[in-house]
Amino acid sequence: MGLKINQELVNEQTGKALQELCPFGAISYEAGKLDINAGCKLCKMCVRKGPAGVITFEEEKQEAIINKDEYKGICVYADIEQGQTHKVTFELIGEALELAKVINHPVYVLAIGKDIDANVEEILHYGVDKVYLYEHEALKDFDTETYTNCFADFIRNVKPSSILVGATNVGRSLAPRVAARFHTGLTADCTKLEMKENTDLVQIRPAFGGNIMAQIINPDHRPQFATVRYKVFSAPNKVSEIKGTIEKVKINEEWLKSHTTVLDVEQKPKELDISESEVIVAVGRGLKSVNDLGMINELADLLNGNVACSRPMVEAGFFDSKHQIGLSGKTVKPKLIITIGISGSVQFTSGMKSSDTIIAINNDPNASIFNVANYGIVGDLYEIVPNLIKMIKEGKQNV
Amino acid sequence: MNIVVCIKQVPGTTNVKVNPETGTLIRDGVASKMNPFDLNALELGLLLKKEYGGTLKVISMGPPAALDIIREAIYMGADGGVLISDRKFGGADVLATSYTLCSGIKAMGYFDLILTGKQTTDGDTAQVGAELAEHLDIPHVANVTHLEYEDNQMKYISNLGEKIVTAKVTTPCLVCVDNDINTPRLPSFKRKAELKNCEDLIKIVTFNDIEDQDENHYGLKGSATKVERIFEPEKRSDKQMFVDGDLTKKVYEILSQKKFI
Repeated sequence: MGLKINQELVNEQTGKALQELCPFGAISYEAGKLDINAGCKLCKMCVRKGPAGVITFEEEKQEAIINKDEYKGICVYADIEQGQTHKVTFELIGEALELAKVINHPVYVLAIGKDIDANVEEILHYGVDKVYLYEHEALKDFDTETYTNCFADFIRNVKPSSILVGATNVGRSLAPRVAARFHTGLTADCTKLEMKENTDLVQIRPAFGGNIMAQIINPDHRPQFATVRYKVFSAPNKVSEIKGTIEKVKINEEWLKSHTTVLDVEQKPKELDISESEVIVAVGRGLKSVNDLGMINELADLLNGNVACSRPMVEAGFFDSKHQIGLSGKTVKPKLIITIGISGSVQFTSGMKSSDTIIAINNDPNASIFNVANYGIVGDLYEIVPNLIKMIKEGKQNV
Repeated sequence: MNIVVCIKQVPGTTNVKVNPETGTLIRDGVASKMNPFDLNALELGLLLKKEYGGTLKVISMGPPAALDIIREAIYMGADGGVLISDRKFGGADVLATSYTLCSGIKAMGYFDLILTGKQTTDGDTAQVGAELAEHLDIPHVANVTHLEYEDNQMKYISNLGEKIVTAKVTTPCLVCVDNDINTPRLPSFKRKAELKNCEDLIKIVTFNDIEDQDENHYGLKGSATKVERIFEPEKRSDKQMFVDGDLTKKVYEILSQKKFI
């Protein structure tokens, strides 16, 4: 399996064209010979868009490694820390219920911890079929080794087809660890999920470090792992009746061995979490100087909102990383977001495009932020923002 | 203490786009710099080496051009570096990438500590470190903001947002470093001048140099996930654009119509 160069079709014209075409600079044409180096990401652009037949993709028919029918159920990992169920858990349950409908699978929840009965009871009110509960004194604090062992036991016994994990600090440590143990695929930070009738989970996320999306599947391995950020999906409504049950799993002492010893856990005062904000004013590279942040803060205050930013602003030292929206920052879904001087790379827009109302202010009419905005304002932020502040202040006086 | 730091070459800009007419990728984001988060891991490694002695080597996987970031790491103070480079490793997902790094690290010999950055700026998955630790069968800890060595263990502080955990983990282990942990140094021109030629400190590892010779474990073949298609992000069809007139008033009207003011 892989790319094959048909050298007899290589000439100056086709060779140079392919060298030019490869988005990763992995194809070189020198002295009449075409070569592909390790920079190749197998995007197959050369096969699809290059001169016909020069580079072809040879697919080897793989033997079916697994029997997909043996794997049943969509599982959500319940992110419960310090007695609190992270809200991403409910969002994922909502999505799992939708995905499960397509293939008529049950929805399971895996919960690991200590004294989490109340959390598990609450989870049952969201329409899941079964909660598997791993409870033990030694599971009080998250530990990658002990939690991975419990997770692995769950997979061996229940054989779920797909597993959704919140991309929280815990989820980002746990999901890859478990996925690697089962030599199966994991797609991080999915922005959209769909289910095929053959139980393949379609996972969509930004890819190749660019303004493009990839549709990813995990066709020959089970379970299929996906992590999803908080605020990407919507939580379903809580219902009063319970149809699901709780199964308490007997803990094997072997699973509780760890190389880590916790010395101290300090609760932090609740920090600003822009994911929770209902109104956000986000600023990007269009801002010329750190001194201009004053008007951005003022606008956010007038709208009872919080200030956020794109990555370059953090790199430039204008903001702390906790204000950053995007793939390397937070995902937000406020009622209103005003983006100011943000061009809108897919890394940024992935983190905010589900917001209810998006107003984008940018002086470049071709900025990609306008692809996700409800209202695109092509203009100079240095005129609009101060005027808007003035107008809102005057409006308030007139009331 | 023997330290290995994982580094990756990433695009200098993130402007890879799809040409809407031809469907081809527009090349404007060829790998050109070291992933900024890896610089924090490297800086931490250099500080630990200074404090406790030992060696520090970097490892990367990528095309021959990635030698540039290995040289950069050496100019910053690394004792040497390994580039895992082979077309057989191309098209790797998280599973195959972490497995290939595992094979490369095993080929390097003994280590006490592996350091990685928080995530890369191109893939942004933040998952390779944890998978690598699983393949190596060693513990890993993430979001680390402080690290020191004490009686064959690493004592660390991990910032998990709502809580701060202080703990100890035995070596060998893998630590994913938070970007707030330090400010990375710049490459030293003095060291560059002293070394003159650092190529002797760099080793290229190909498929033939690693122990597991099963091609099904690497690159596209070793990847569990397959990319079915790539496409441009969806555009909103109901958007309204305003390019002239009193734009401020327009914004004001939208805000008051939606009852935000």
